[in-house]
Amino acid sequence: MREINFLLAGVGGQGTILASDVLAQVGVRVGYEAKKAEVHGMAQRGGSVVSHVRWGEKVYSPLTAKGEVDILVAFEKLEALRTVEFLRPGGTVLVNDQAIIPITVTSGGAEYPDDERIRAVLAQVTDDVRWVDGIAIAGELGNARVANVVLLGALSALLDVPESIWLEVIEQRVPARTVDLNRQAFHRGRQAVTR
Amino acid sequence: MKTLLSANEAVARGAWEAGVVVASAYPGTPSTEILESFARYPGVYAEWATNEKVAMDVAIGAAYAGRRALTCMKHVGLNVAADALFYASMTGLEAGLVIVSADDPEMHSSQNEQDNRRYAKFARLPCLEPSDSQEAKELVGVALEISERFDTPVLLRLTTRLSHTDTLVELGERVERPPTVEKYPRNPAKYVMVPGNARKRHPIIEERVRRLAEFAETFPYNRIEWGDRSLGIVTCGVATQYAREVFPQASVLRLGMTYPLPRRLVQDFAAQVERLIVLEELDPFLEEEIRLLGVEVYSGPQGYQGGKSIFPACGELDPGVVREAAIGAGLLPPAAAPPVLQPETGELPARPPVLCPGCPHRPVFVELRRSKLPIQGDIGCYTLGLLPPLSSIHSCGCMGAGIGVAHGADVAGDGERHVAVIGDSTFFHTGMPALLNVVYNRGKTVTVIMDNRTTAMTGHQDNPATGRTLQGQETVQIEFEPLVRALGVEEVHVVDAYDIQAVREALQACLAHDGPSVLITRRECALLPEVRRQWLPLRVELEKCNGCWACIRTGCPALFKSQEVYEKTGRQKVEIDPLLCTGCEVCAQLCPTEAILFRAQIEAEVSDA
Repeated sequence: MREINFLLAGVGGQGTILASDVLAQVGVRVGYEAKKAEVHGMAQRGGSVVSHVRWGEKVYSPLTAKGEVDILVAFEKLEALRTVEFLRPGGTVLVNDQAIIPITVTSGGAEYPDDERIRAVLAQVTDDVRWVDGIAIAGELGNARVANVVLLGALSALLDVPESIWLEVIEQRVPARTVDLNRQAFHRGRQAVTR
Repeated sequence: MKTLLSANEAVARGAWEAGVVVASAYPGTPSTEILESFARYPGVYAEWATNEKVAMDVAIGAAYAGRRALTCMKHVGLNVAADALFYASMTGLEAGLVIVSADDPEMHSSQNEQDNRRYAKFARLPCLEPSDSQEAKELVGVALEISERFDTPVLLRLTTRLSHTDTLVELGERVERPPTVEKYPRNPAKYVMVPGNARKRHPIIEERVRRLAEFAETFPYNRIEWGDRSLGIVTCGVATQYAREVFPQASVLRLGMTYPLPRRLVQDFAAQVERLIVLEELDPFLEEEIRLLGVEVYSGPQGYQGGKSIFPACGELDPGVVREAAIGAGLLPPAAAPPVLQPETGELPARPPVLCPGCPHRPVFVELRRSKLPIQGDIGCYTLGLLPPLSSIHSCGCMGAGIGVAHGADVAGDGERHVAVIGDSTFFHTGMPALLNVVYNRGKTVTVIMDNRTTAMTGHQDNPATGRTLQGQETVQIEFEPLVRALGVEEVHVVDAYDIQAVREALQACLAHDGPSVLITRRECALLPEVRRQWLPLRVELEKCNGCWACIRTGCPALFKSQEVYEKTGRQKVEIDPLLCTGCEVCAQLCPTEAILFRAQIEAEVSDA
């Protein structure tokens, strides 16, 4: 089995931790030794959040070094830029087409990078950049908070793991009354990306 | 069946399996989940104590009573509990006692990155360090056995990277253990540490360290994994993983017990490798101990310069940091590093943690900022009041420090009024003695108790103000007003934190009072489940907005500058993100043109429609 290193980057409150829990659990279900490390600062909401997930026959370090991430899943566009140096040159970036404006832009003098700049920076590291409009898809389903599962669905399209395993793990992890919604979110995300 | 668990969850599991009966802790990142997890197992007693010292005394009491006990805290919590740590080392106990210290290399959420292995040596205790969750679970049981065999508390040291990493763990069953004593021991020579008794105990604990060092020689968690003998690495904790990852060929001596050290094991290992290095996070704790054994440690081409060799003493390690340091010391060829493309990103806007939308601390800081006074902070979410645009915290050192610091500045006589802000849980932790000190010594400090009815920063733990215990029982609900009046404060104001006018007037009244005063700003944390159900996003009527940005200066993340501009000034108008806004109305109260609709207006629109 191929070793895979994932980095999930987002903003506190976006559900990156649930997504990384699911990803690690899926790794275990398909027979990998998986490790999942969360790197988050002080605030429950609003700060940058990063999770490292590693799948391998034998995994030592819970953290992946810069240049060794195979798939970067960015739940927010600015966070994609902040973490892209972790990506292996030529690796895959999955970007949620969502901007969450940090306070340093709203009430400070900083400037949020425009899409052109974001695309140009990512292109310096890899040609394989997949955009998913997670918020729009989740909004169509009636709840913007399932964007994280839309992203998981999109990620699943890039991996050789039976869909049933993903769905079983997601169902175990989300509240019972939201299972249908999360299934739909996963399917829509899976369709949004082609390999 | 193997399960993914964090080391925190694994410690809880290990404690449960090993028959721990009593656990007491105070929440603190990265340790908090240990007790939250332990409290859910059947047949155990678990509590949130008011502070770490109390927690440790409680665990010691249970161990004196012959029941296995656990206490857990973040690294700086052990400073608070240190007094108890040292007497427990002197007395020993009747049943196993494990003290978990979760250290925070990189200071992900701490004020320092002290290395608590030093406490083990300081207090003459064995220190165990797991390298993943499986070992964390096993070492709890091992620690309890060592504790009982050697009559000593045992320090189990975790770090953030272990505490917050999930790895696979094999689960076992609980082994019930009868109490080790029939009734509470009456043994003053062992447990009453008056000088005459303590003098007799001291040689016993020195001898205990010698016996533990002998035990460490064959301790199964101290073991050598032989590889190429040109390089030998002594390592412990999560650094063991980095050693295996970065130096897959090397010989490795992994130490599961990092104090006291097995002298012969280390010397024999050193004798059989060409070069010996030490790979550890933070302090050169092992390196110093190994040098004291007379063993040569390789320090790189420059030779030993004192301090820590090769690897950084500051911050968290990771494979990249370890590899880079190893290349710098000539241990690996430069080609060992993977190619990293560092794209030209330009300046990226920082995304610091912020007070959440709807945070009840925000309006209080808006008023404190208006006062332009020096504000002494404390440990909790409200420390974030230091960030612009609120910029209203001028010191923050440790739990409970703010009130004392404010009083010190007050009695120093610099002529300004001094204000301390402190949260509800932190006030119970160490704020109460400090406030009593202000009253007793005729100080004039204004103490603002930001009562959000929970221990928010660490993830909403209960405390004496919530009316619930850790294990979900209803209990007394302490009110702050009678409490601070009982501490002797006569000038006390209680206001709704969301009511800006009320906060302003109460603050003015406190400042007008020539004596100690307390302002209690009360409002539930906006993230509590019962509050979330009442969230109602507000809206800006853009035609009324004049782009004055009075709302923006609250620093609320739910507000953003619109594409639309106010024609007269050319300034951007403001909009509200409905996904983030909770409807606290703080911005609406500050809007001079009434452009931001209040909840009642929004609700009226909904019912009209």
